[in-house]
Amino acid sequence: MTIALIRPVAARLTWRVPRPGVTAAALFLLVALTSAVWPSLFAGDPLAADPLHVLEGPSGQHWFGTDQLGRDVFGRVVHGARHSLTIGVSAIVIAVGAGILLGLIAGLSHRIADEALSRSFDALSAFPLVLLALLFIAIAGTGTTSLIVAIGVALVPHFARVVRAQTFVVRRAAYVTHAVAFGAGRARLVVRHVLPNVLGPIPVLAVIGLGEAILLAAGLSFLGMGPQPPSPEWGAMISEGRGYLHIAWWTSILPGAVVTATIISLTVAGRFLQRRFEGRDLA
Amino acid sequence: MTRAILRRVGAGVLVLWAAATAAYLALLAAPGDTVDAIIGDGADSPLIRSQIIQEWHLDRPAVVQYVDFLARAVQGDLGRSYLLQRPVAEVIGGQLGPTLQLAATAAGFGIVLALVLAVVARRPWVRRLSSTTELVLVSTPPFLIGIVLLSLFSFRLGWFPVSGAQGAAALVLPAITMGLPIAGTLAQVLRDGLDRALDEPFAVTARARGLRESAVLVRHALKHALLPTVTMLGWSFGVLIGGTVIIEQVFGRPGLGQVTVQAVNASDLPVVLAVVILAAAVFVVVNTLTDLAYLVIDPRLRRS
Repeated sequence: MTIALIRPVAARLTWRVPRPGVTAAALFLLVALTSAVWPSLFAGDPLAADPLHVLEGPSGQHWFGTDQLGRDVFGRVVHGARHSLTIGVSAIVIAVGAGILLGLIAGLSHRIADEALSRSFDALSAFPLVLLALLFIAIAGTGTTSLIVAIGVALVPHFARVVRAQTFVVRRAAYVTHAVAFGAGRARLVVRHVLPNVLGPIPVLAVIGLGEAILLAAGLSFLGMGPQPPSPEWGAMISEGRGYLHIAWWTSILPGAVVTATIISLTVAGRFLQRRFEGRDLA
Repeated sequence: MTRAILRRVGAGVLVLWAAATAAYLALLAAPGDTVDAIIGDGADSPLIRSQIIQEWHLDRPAVVQYVDFLARAVQGDLGRSYLLQRPVAEVIGGQLGPTLQLAATAAGFGIVLALVLAVVARRPWVRRLSSTTELVLVSTPPFLIGIVLLSLFSFRLGWFPVSGAQGAAALVLPAITMGLPIAGTLAQVLRDGLDRALDEPFAVTARARGLRESAVLVRHALKHALLPTVTMLGWSFGVLIGGTVIIEQVFGRPGLGQVTVQAVNASDLPVVLAVVILAAAVFVVVNTLTDLAYLVIDPRLRRS
């Protein structure tokens, strides 16, 4: 099997992003982050209905138009940043945490245990993420928490594989052997010497992974597996707007464009960091 | 070479077994009582409960149930749907057609478009343009591409049906939607491979023989660039399976995706697990085929 050859798409792409692109991405991420922390800076109440102005197209007053209840779509997108970014970031925290733990265990354990763990990472990371997450949701039920854990679990293998590969290199390094010679205990060895040295590529992968997590979250909540209406989560908004597509394209396509811009910005930022700090090739 | 093939098939069987076992463990780990899940909203009495326990062999030890599950899975019997009270194989089998049709069309479209993008569009400014387009395509949620196409070509222009799977016209937009991201990924890998191959000594030799650049590209470089592309193609089948779940929802098409979403919403685990096992099977078959394709493309690999 060539499972080991398959890497996350983002890590495979090798296109150099021009400077203005990086700046634009950074700016967009800054705005998105601000919206998540302080949405009222940009927009009013996302739930305020206005029956007199239903399904109106984009205008100076409503940049993204209004939806079927007369709610300001732009305001909902701004407030939705909190939901969608929270889901993405929480999922990545789970994936990175569990990935580091499992990767360390695999990298430090004996041949058979390592082989079993690595093979399962390989097999799992080749699976469609959507299906893995759906399997988890089928067991745990729908809802925001379940969605977060499902995405986190689906992304664990990506990080576990990288940490395992790094651990494998680090545990043979001279400074580890020296620490053993100086009588360092197993726990101290792992925490003081191995762990800090395997974490190098993780921050960059986490940025790229955040894009994947947000993409996955939008897809799953589009299927109705995440936060329920009237919550202004991006995927849920797009799904709601799908029903009015024949008369009001803006209710689903404009929130979708914001999701896309977020993911592109994260990918661009991730690739920039990758080049900047680690040279081109990872994993 | 036979040994190499056998080893690969063996590894594939192992992955399938692991997937089936993981699926079974998931079934065990599911909260709530299996009997409750089977009864659902139906009639409930101690007699019915004991009948269900009898019928599903729930009174046997977990290990026996596991072996039983594996034995039945090998024979293609994946259990019964809690929700529909029909054999899972029947539920899935009936919906496989439209999904396979969609996936195959999308893959075909994606491959052709990738070839065009990578091989034909080689002038610097065209490259920059298509690289940017590819980044956008890869980063856009597939369902958004679907919604944009639907809004433009079905609702605005009325060229294609709004939903359903009747006829070839209904296949066009979903296939484009799923083919575009695949084309984006494949084109990047293919272009990378071509660039590398064109720097190789054999490309210089071919040029020195007086071959036109296009002939060097198609006759010499393309074969080298195909190897990583075939790997990516194997990967994209997984993406296609995952993609159908969402795209079928966007376009209101019947198929495996609809069944999956319905099953997930109703916690109809046997159906969800069967879909996962099916995806694992597709993954194994595609990867084994990919490995065999390597042997066809690269004669050097046949020797070891």
